[in-house]
Amino acid sequence: MSERSEQAKQPGMTSHSPLWEVFVRARRGLSHTHVGSLHAPDAELALRNARDLYTRRQEGVSIWVVPAGAITASSPDEKDAFFDPAADKVYRHPTFYEVPDGVAHL
Amino acid sequence: MNGPFDFTLSLADDALIAAQRLAEWTTRAPEMEEDIALANIALDQLGAARLLLSYAGELEGAGRDEDALAYLRDDREFRNVLLVELPNDDFAVTMAKLFFLAAYQLPLYTALAGCADERLAAIGAKARKESAYHLDHGALWVKRLGDGTEESHRRMQAAVDQVWPYTHELFVADPAAPVDPATLRPAFDEVVGPVLAEATLTQPGGAWAPAGGRAGVHTEHLAYLLAEMQVLHRAHPGAKW
Amino acid sequence: MYGNDFSAPNGATDEASGGLLGEVEAAEAELRAAAARGRRGGPAPDEDLAAYFAEVVDAEQKIEPRDWMPDAYRRTLIRQIAQHAHSEIIGMQPEGNWISRAPSLKRKAILLAKVQDEAGHGLYLYAAAETLGISRDELVQLLLDGRQKYSSIFNYPTLSWADVGAIGWLVDGAAIVNQVPLCRCSYGPYARAMIRVCKEESFHQRQGYEILHTLAHGTPAQQAMAQDSVDRWWYPSLAMFGPPDGDSTHSAQSMAWKIKRFSNDDLRQRFVDMCVQQAEILGLRIPDADLRWNDERQAYDYTQPDYDELMQVISGDGPCNRERMAHRRAAHADGAWVREAAAAYAAKRAGQKETVAA
Repeated sequence: MSERSEQAKQPGMTSHSPLWEVFVRARRGLSHTHVGSLHAPDAELALRNARDLYTRRQEGVSIWVVPAGAITASSPDEKDAFFDPAADKVYRHPTFYEVPDGVAHL
Repeated sequence: MNGPFDFTLSLADDALIAAQRLAEWTTRAPEMEEDIALANIALDQLGAARLLLSYAGELEGAGRDEDALAYLRDDREFRNVLLVELPNDDFAVTMAKLFFLAAYQLPLYTALAGCADERLAAIGAKARKESAYHLDHGALWVKRLGDGTEESHRRMQAAVDQVWPYTHELFVADPAAPVDPATLRPAFDEVVGPVLAEATLTQPGGAWAPAGGRAGVHTEHLAYLLAEMQVLHRAHPGAKW
Repeated sequence: MYGNDFSAPNGATDEASGGLLGEVEAAEAELRAAAARGRRGGPAPDEDLAAYFAEVVDAEQKIEPRDWMPDAYRRTLIRQIAQHAHSEIIGMQPEGNWISRAPSLKRKAILLAKVQDEAGHGLYLYAAAETLGISRDELVQLLLDGRQKYSSIFNYPTLSWADVGAIGWLVDGAAIVNQVPLCRCSYGPYARAMIRVCKEESFHQRQGYEILHTLAHGTPAQQAMAQDSVDRWWYPSLAMFGPPDGDSTHSAQSMAWKIKRFSNDDLRQRFVDMCVQQAEILGLRIPDADLRWNDERQAYDYTQPDYDELMQVISGDGPCNRERMAHRRAAHADGAWVREAAAAYAAKRAGQKETVAA
């Protein structure tokens, strides 16, 4: 479950119409961004519903729909363990490096 | 039919009456998502109707704008096919109407996009993309209802049987028109046959082919539809809104 | 009732909803800024969860779905977001009533698009509520069973075309005053949904105002239609802000949790102050003989709506409660076979895919 609460017992999964998470690419060159969710009985309808619900005002050029139940999310409790180790890998960022004066195009 | 005015008006009326019927679903659709989808299609049809009515008014040259043509003509002056004025009935009937209409409008607008009349060509180019979406939506539901539950299959087959005879009027020949409707039949059959088959539905036979809409002879339903659509506009002659 | 919240009371003289839209953008910027300020991760294993929650809220950070939160916070949000969603869905009916009779094709298109937007807003909000661990099916059932409410305003009838204008100007206007502060709500999914809703709604109020303006400058019959409409919708719109502060049940706790940010009476006052000048430009009279500027308070004195009537409508005895619910129930029941068909079709296809995969 992505944006679902941990208390959620797969919301909507028991009904006719499972829940889908919707991702929209707003413009060429941008990545798909989560915009919300909706219900649909299958992927084909989910995609069309997403088009009608989330791009009525030309908000997108491409849409993904993903069954909410297919998303595994990290838990907030794990946040430190998950993300803090990245904090000391400063060498992943370009500002870590000293560039001698006068070097161009680097 | 006589000339580009009648032709344009007939396409405009198809779109306008289809929009009016589809909009009746607002707040009543089987699912909230579908409410939005039907409103989208109604808005597309209404948009096309407005462009076509405005152009028809210009062709006529009598000073009638889109609203004069929509609100101040009586049923005998409307040129739409009977298919679009049929009541919505249940969702299956509405989807049968939508699917068949789109399977006709898509090749029609596609052909129109290449016709000599620049204005009609521009309208066709815009509307054909919308029709492709309507066709997709109609086909998607015809398949789901046809191949869904026993009840939905029964309803969808009944809907196809009920609406099918009205499809023949769509293709009555008019060789003088910018696009002769008779030439669109193969494209229609090519789309409709496989979808009905996939939906486990039987394509009806039968020779009954009700018509008359293009000549202004309608079903009893149209006058009621127009009475509701036109009541407010006509109650205030000359008013601006 | 909508959320009953509000933002900085400095925009009383805003032109139409322009200033309010600015506040929506400010709320969005604030949301980004809060995210950028960053925080340490989740609570430590032995940390007091309630204290951690309070710290996040106090720091104007957003609570997200998988965060720990007090049960009462969760329940309050579910109730409020669901009521808001139900209001959008039921609210389609009074305006939808005029789509078929809209007096010009342009107005028909605008109204259809507007009512469609409301369905969309309902869905955004149900989706936000679902992040709290309740399903949309359950929420819809609560509505259909009459166990959750929707805004009392939609239990009034739309008797003329001018009512479409009055709903846009007054009802949407009041809703916007209520909703803009919700863009800064402490619960992330609700705040984000409201930002989206408010941005899309900016055209709703203007189209209503334009309808009334056209009518008020039209034929005598149209002018009378417009005035009659404002006469009928003014007090029910004031009542949309809920009972006076002294009688409001959920306010204090919601304020502390930053779900709610301003009191019912503050919001109502702001709405009145906005409307007076807008009515003047329309050339329509607000039906309140005691409406006058109070220099001391720097605000308008006005007559309160009839709160007994409000309570009566909320309890189910408004002019249209029964019709609205019957309509919603009928649509739901009539659509059951379609939803079942789509589910059956999906199940068949899923079965086929598995067969292929195997």
